[in-house]
Amino acid sequence: MIKAHDITKTFNAGRPNEFTALRGVSLTIDLHEVTVLKGPSGSGKTTLLGIVGCMARPTSGRIFLDEREITSLPERFLTGIRRQTFGFIFQQFNLIKGLTALENVMAPAYPTGEKYASLKKRALQTMAMFNLEHKADARIEWLSGGEAQRVAISRALINNPSVIIADEPTAHLDTRLSSEFMAIMRRLKGEGKTIILASHDPIVYDSDLADRVIEMRDGRVVSARENS
Amino acid sequence: MDFTLSSLLRRKGKNGALLAVYTLIVFLLASVLFFTHALRQEAALVLRDSPEIIVQRTLTGRYAPIPVAYGDRIRGIRGVISVRPRLWGYYYDANFLANYTLVVPGDNPPKQGTIGIGAGISRMREAFEGDTVGFTGFDGKPRSFTIGSILSDESQLVSADLILISEPDYRSLSGIPSGFATDLVLKVKNPKEFTTIAEKITRLLPDTRPIVRNEILRTYDALFNWRAGVIIVIFGVAALAFVIFAWDKATGLSAEERKEIGILKAIGWETSDILLMKFWEGLAISLTAFFVGIALAYGHVFFTSSILFVPVLKGWSTLYPEFRLVPFVDFGHLAAIFFLTVVPYTITTIIPSWRAATIDPDAVMR
Amino acid sequence: MILHPSVLALFVSSLLISLMVLYSAVYGVQILRNWDLSSGSEQQLALERKTYLISTIVSYFLAFQLVSLFLFIYTADSICNLFVGAMCAVGTLTVNGYGYPTLLLKIVNFVLAGLWLILNHADSQGYDYPLIRKKYLFLLLMAPLILAEAVVQGAFFLGLKPDIITSCCGSLFSPTSRGIATEIANAPPLPMLVIYYGSAAVTAVAGVLYLLKGRGGYLFAVLSGLNFLVAMVAVISVISLYIYQMPSHHCPFCILQKEYHFVGYPLYIAILVAGVSGLGVGMLLPFRAVASLRGMIPRLTKRLTLAALIAIVVSTAVATWPVLFTSFSLRG
Repeated sequence: MIKAHDITKTFNAGRPNEFTALRGVSLTIDLHEVTVLKGPSGSGKTTLLGIVGCMARPTSGRIFLDEREITSLPERFLTGIRRQTFGFIFQQFNLIKGLTALENVMAPAYPTGEKYASLKKRALQTMAMFNLEHKADARIEWLSGGEAQRVAISRALINNPSVIIADEPTAHLDTRLSSEFMAIMRRLKGEGKTIILASHDPIVYDSDLADRVIEMRDGRVVSARENS
Repeated sequence: MDFTLSSLLRRKGKNGALLAVYTLIVFLLASVLFFTHALRQEAALVLRDSPEIIVQRTLTGRYAPIPVAYGDRIRGIRGVISVRPRLWGYYYDANFLANYTLVVPGDNPPKQGTIGIGAGISRMREAFEGDTVGFTGFDGKPRSFTIGSILSDESQLVSADLILISEPDYRSLSGIPSGFATDLVLKVKNPKEFTTIAEKITRLLPDTRPIVRNEILRTYDALFNWRAGVIIVIFGVAALAFVIFAWDKATGLSAEERKEIGILKAIGWETSDILLMKFWEGLAISLTAFFVGIALAYGHVFFTSSILFVPVLKGWSTLYPEFRLVPFVDFGHLAAIFFLTVVPYTITTIIPSWRAATIDPDAVMR
Repeated sequence: MILHPSVLALFVSSLLISLMVLYSAVYGVQILRNWDLSSGSEQQLALERKTYLISTIVSYFLAFQLVSLFLFIYTADSICNLFVGAMCAVGTLTVNGYGYPTLLLKIVNFVLAGLWLILNHADSQGYDYPLIRKKYLFLLLMAPLILAEAVVQGAFFLGLKPDIITSCCGSLFSPTSRGIATEIANAPPLPMLVIYYGSAAVTAVAGVLYLLKGRGGYLFAVLSGLNFLVAMVAVISVISLYIYQMPSHHCPFCILQKEYHFVGYPLYIAILVAGVSGLGVGMLLPFRAVASLRGMIPRLTKRLTLAALIAIVVSTAVATWPVLFTSFSLRG
């Protein structure tokens, strides 16, 4: 369970361009469910994902992960938790150009100091789940949209996280790829992963996959709807 | 680690330019140090065979020919084994803009009217055995000599500009009257007495100046170090430019690179992981530049005879086109080069790479 | 000032390092004044980021310091022929009053930087920055010494004028002259040898006890500190005699030269490592009660103890080699 309590996040505090992205947001995300954050761009979805995913610390408020407070942990511990617990899928996938698909998938695991051989084996296994093994040595630039998407998902799964966080995953995809993405999410949910999606795409938030849809606007939660 | 290497290879252009400049700096610096050091070694070798004490005469603080008779009085000092007057000097050849060293050898002097010349002079004047060459004497009148022999090439640095001449010819060319010599050289029994004997000579003959060999060595040392130091100061300015260049390269992270680091941080890399990566990156660049630069400098100085420097550093003569220095590398010099290049480079890159490493992990999501 | 390449190198790098240290000291003050871990304000986040920068700077400093320590001695050695009477580094260092203070500061700063990094490592293992204040107070104490080193070294180099008549190691350490150096060198050799081995043995035993029983850590730390001093004195007064195989040559620097197979390098490095890690144990022990470090401190101190023990064994082995395997004997 991930609990956020009265989260506020302010950027550029004290300067003329001060900007508050989140104002007193509280929410609870249950495990093994699919939660969708819905709302227009600038509503604070991404900032909230970042805070829930241990990427950034809130200006005020508290975050609990499985009852452990992680609000003011130093970066290196936060990163450790993030690496074990969360897998991230970004808009436009954010794969590193110039590297092969395999290297991209392995990248999140380099800091763990795992042996190269066993890491490579694990990466290839993960890629095989998405029929990518024949593309392992291909450069990112040469992959088709669908393949790039699956590489990005493989990368999110390499450290075997329990939570998958995806930020606007379908924003730059056509309908066919978006549906493919949702199918993969369905599979992952079936494997017991917790999934948090931020999106303003109806394919995502109107999907029967979503257990809970939380609507946000201007840095606040406007409504929450249970689908089950 | 291999991730670092592959990320370096991906930015070939940028890192290549940095590496090239870096290597060049190390190369120049190392060349200067190797070169001056080898010269110093050479000079020390030469001086090892030079006389232990030289006595010159000074008049109003300037050099003057010394009466040969002084030698007899010096021979009376206890501890002095032998005293020998020497006749030598320089000759400026206005046609070839070169300085020759004239020496009357102590044993086996050439016959009157013939001279022996160094290989350098022979090459430059295209004069060979049996040819006749002309010199202008102190009175402006020309004198001609037959070349009796060309001195062999061993130890070129010393003999390239040498002219061996007989005593009567020397006196007629230079105008030094008989009974006078250029200086006196002494042999002394016990090296520890050098200073004492030198003091005694000054007391006995107040218008003379004894020069102890160690003193010359010291002066040479200071001179060569000083020269290298000056050159390094000049290169220091170049190095400064390099540091600015490195700073610029490191701070001016391309948008691509910034994004890449952002992605790495977002997918679970920590600041210290990125710093470590940057450390490996810097280490790879530094070590490559350092060793390639040193190797190139070594080749430059000891195999191509420092073609780039000969005119700059030696300067005093155009007669030394071909000589090889004995390879000699000093550990302290390597450390000095390290401190003059790697340390400034590393220090200038600390802050930029730290700045890159602390990009917010959620930056890529915004 | 002598424009020797190494002199310039040391000069320039000490200048750069001082700048960096000054820079980190400024942020050290900010951290001391504004640190508030519970806050998520941007200032706090920025300060947390700065801690990475400062520990990077100090790590590099430590690495450079080790090289510069030996380069300094090496340089002093190689320019000694510029000074009348100097025959090795000792002569150069006595040319003016700043030579030995520079050397001393270099050693002290090396030890301090090593200790700081140990402290830093421990701090980074705790999830709540338990030692942050102590760490930066320590840094603020260290910074003036590093700056002093740069200044004194600069004064030393600027004051180097050729033709100054100085003394060489023979006269400095000869029994007829007075001063602390002589006192050290003329410590009676055989008792000194006994003290040296005794101190190494006692320290090693304390270390092993701490490793096995987890007790006597402070004792070990104190002994390590003493052993560090004893080892340095012993090298000058006895070990060097065996290395040089001369009954009266006490120079601490000549053993760094090729003629003696650079034996001084492993010897001094091992002594330094043993000293730093041993003292590090004592420095960390007071913090074993800190909640976030409870599990970590024993592990870290044991690893340090192990490192110190290995270093003591190495240094003793290096020192013993000439004592056993040269024909030279002090008893004869």
